[in-house]
Amino acid sequence: MIGLSLPRLEDRPLLMGRGRFAADHALPGQVHLRVVRSSVAHGVIRSVDLQQARELPGVLGAWSAADVDLPVIEFRQVAFPEMLPYRQPVLAVDRVRYVGEPVAIVVAIDRYVAEDAEELVVVEIDELPVVLSALQEPGAFDDLNNTAALDFTWAYGNVEAAMAAGLRIVEVEARIGRHSGIPLECRGAVASFDPATGILDFYGAAKVPHYNRDALSAMLGMAPSHVVLHEDHVGGGFGIRGELYPEDALVCWASRKLGRPVSWIEDRREHFISANHSRDQVHRLRAAVTAEGVIEALDDEFWLDQGAYVRTHAATVPTLTASMLPGPYRIPNYRVSCHVRLTNKTPAGTYRSPGRYEGTFARERLIDRIADELGLTAMDVRRRNFITPEEMPFSRPLQALGTHVEYDSGDYALLVDRCESEWGLAEVEDDVRRRRQAGELVGLGRAFFVEKSGLGPFEGVRVTVDESGHVTIATGGSSVGQGFETVIAQVCAEVLGVPIDRMTVTHGGTADVGYGMGAFASRLSVMAGSATLLAAQSVRQKAIAVFASLNEVAERDVELRDGVVRVVGSPDTATELGAIAAALRPVGARTLGHEPGLTAEEWFFSDHMNYPYGYHVALISIDRQVFAPTVERFWIGYDIGRAINPMLVEGQIRGGAAQGLGGALYEEFRYDENGQPLCTSFIDYMMPTAAEVPPIEILLTEDAPSPLNPLGVKGAGEGGTTAFGAAVASALDAALGRYRVISIPVGPAAVREWLSEKE
Amino acid sequence: MTAKMGITLKVNDSEYVLDVEPRKSLADAIREDCGLTGTHLGCEHGVCGSCTILCDGEPVRSCLMLAVQGSGRELRTVEGLSPDGETLHPVQEAFWKHHGLQCGFCTPGFLMLAASLVERETVPDDDELDHLIASNLCRCTGYQNIRTAIRAAIEESRA
Repeated sequence: MIGLSLPRLEDRPLLMGRGRFAADHALPGQVHLRVVRSSVAHGVIRSVDLQQARELPGVLGAWSAADVDLPVIEFRQVAFPEMLPYRQPVLAVDRVRYVGEPVAIVVAIDRYVAEDAEELVVVEIDELPVVLSALQEPGAFDDLNNTAALDFTWAYGNVEAAMAAGLRIVEVEARIGRHSGIPLECRGAVASFDPATGILDFYGAAKVPHYNRDALSAMLGMAPSHVVLHEDHVGGGFGIRGELYPEDALVCWASRKLGRPVSWIEDRREHFISANHSRDQVHRLRAAVTAEGVIEALDDEFWLDQGAYVRTHAATVPTLTASMLPGPYRIPNYRVSCHVRLTNKTPAGTYRSPGRYEGTFARERLIDRIADELGLTAMDVRRRNFITPEEMPFSRPLQALGTHVEYDSGDYALLVDRCESEWGLAEVEDDVRRRRQAGELVGLGRAFFVEKSGLGPFEGVRVTVDESGHVTIATGGSSVGQGFETVIAQVCAEVLGVPIDRMTVTHGGTADVGYGMGAFASRLSVMAGSATLLAAQSVRQKAIAVFASLNEVAERDVELRDGVVRVVGSPDTATELGAIAAALRPVGARTLGHEPGLTAEEWFFSDHMNYPYGYHVALISIDRQVFAPTVERFWIGYDIGRAINPMLVEGQIRGGAAQGLGGALYEEFRYDENGQPLCTSFIDYMMPTAAEVPPIEILLTEDAPSPLNPLGVKGAGEGGTTAFGAAVASALDAALGRYRVISIPVGPAAVREWLSEKE
Repeated sequence: MTAKMGITLKVNDSEYVLDVEPRKSLADAIREDCGLTGTHLGCEHGVCGSCTILCDGEPVRSCLMLAVQGSGRELRTVEGLSPDGETLHPVQEAFWKHHGLQCGFCTPGFLMLAASLVERETVPDDDELDHLIASNLCRCTGYQNIRTAIRAAIEESRA
């Protein structure tokens, strides 16, 4: 079953219109919450007048920060103590710091009335000057703190000495624009506090339900066991959905206050101005290189525009940039200095390949620049700096997500060789040369990257076979649409031999499995997949032991094959797993000397991430009339270690690539000089459509299985995105005939300027 | 709140007698008043296409129509694609086989768009197909498998 491209277990309800997304809940007595948001980017709140809203028929209540006793939102990971003053309150206190910041809430009998009431809330704000760039002089955050939220420097080796050793110094600047995940389903949360039991059920959970259970119960002053999160269908995650946001706490608070279910469903304008933004970094890199292109030292200084507050991710993105920037190259001396700056924009967090999309763009720009200055090809430079398979595992004295950076396995040069030959890139180059001679602006660009996946430290799975033979795999994992259920079922099927359509995979329910880390960092196939393997093996062992007892044969003579247990070589002894489960009812199990039920729970632990890697190649042409770049072809090579379901891996890569394309050419949150957001609809935030996304040609390899888990798998979630911007920049340079791209997204205005320079 | 109007919506051959405010969108009426939550709202400003339904056989954005405008029309939603509630419609089958969905949120809109193509008289050429698929947004798949699935469904239904 492992390695087969099976169609997905989760598709049927989604195809039939029977999905259950957050907005699909209609609980008895359910009412609707609307958030009143700041229309000003920075200012002092003079007054919040809720009276008119409260008097509107159909309104159940209206509250501002003065009424709501909830603490600030805590950091979930990579918390630096110096960032603590910048946590976001659930409702603005005294000051507003971005357009879209929650100022008050209203609850009404339906969404239309709630929106009417929102318009009746009068908020008076005295405006303050805005900060709109991380490169600007820091401004005041409050009376005690300025907007310089965090500065850190990490280093190993001796960068200063290498820089002073007479080598060639190559410098580049690289800027990555502000964009984000923008799932098709906006956020949503439904909280239902039951006054009879004291239990609060929360629907619409995603990504990290167990963490959010603990965080919400702490904020509400409730026992964690009285807060139950349920993950239903989730309309796309991409890093931004499922983090704990102000609205999640507010629906819980309102439901407890009113004693009835409260639903909050975000609209698209709200999503653009209130869900996490991402990226938005400026890098200044310097490298000391030999005449042959060997990088002896790399020094990077970068600025990150964090927006108005530091949310759950704390320093996740900047530290991932810092730890992953060296990528596939040896780089014996390295220093990185980071400046996280607050601005009056929507706060930022992670987005698919966080920190690496940015860092890969900056580093691969540098590689192209080095090649340019030394008269080498970029591939010469890459090959001279690649870490070799003999050097694996390759350790750097850096930390990523609290783990030591140690590349577990990889053969980067081999992947390049296989891709170049598989895709016939030499012939593509010839064709590009002919077209350029004929006057076309066309170019081929390449970029290489190392990803990370399989973040631990744990994941647990309980596999249970019922008396009909149906298998339930209860996990602490989460599904954001990536095909989690199918992958987990395939791992289980590999061991038990039961077809996956006789399996149910549960996830995201905090009452079901007590602990879970969540769906992020491309971790679940590795972590939950490995836990499933172990639990299924324990179930198999138990089934064999029980069969042996029942039939008075030795365990070594018993096998589990195609979903039945039998004496080796005696098909007529075949016993269904359901019959074994029936023999394990409590009294029978006691007689046999086993615990009741054909079930096993196992935990998989890992202290290190593993490191998949990939190669992106872009063929881009530029239209001289409308200045628009077109990605004609795009190739992705990716070493996954081992693919559990290649079709789903390719699906992840294709979807990730479309998002990488968006960040390279189209998507950017822009603001006017007063901090008013200019991209608040799909008219002015340009997400790629089928007209923009080319077919992605994929070479999936399994040359470097991970030694860190029993399946050998690495993560698939992010490698479609990581180097897209870098490859596009490289191809645009090739089309323009010179090193030019230092900033993405590249729109027609930039292309027009470059062409006018040339002509 | 404004005075309500009595309307009858005919959705998937069932009649729903409703009292709705004139300002209520057709999509909201289908979801909230008819209880058919398979039709999704991704933007409520007519760009993403997740709310696409068939109105008298033509794909429309149900977020841009008012419920009162749906009165007297033949409306069809994703719940009405399967002939018997069990068997998959050819476009549903093709999306399943070709991995044309991931999170599944945009899927009902694409399925209705695809159904209108599969069930009409003339076969779209590749350009028209691309043009039509570009009218809806998907954030998960990169569109390639959606294109493959719709093409396969069209061919399957002509075979």
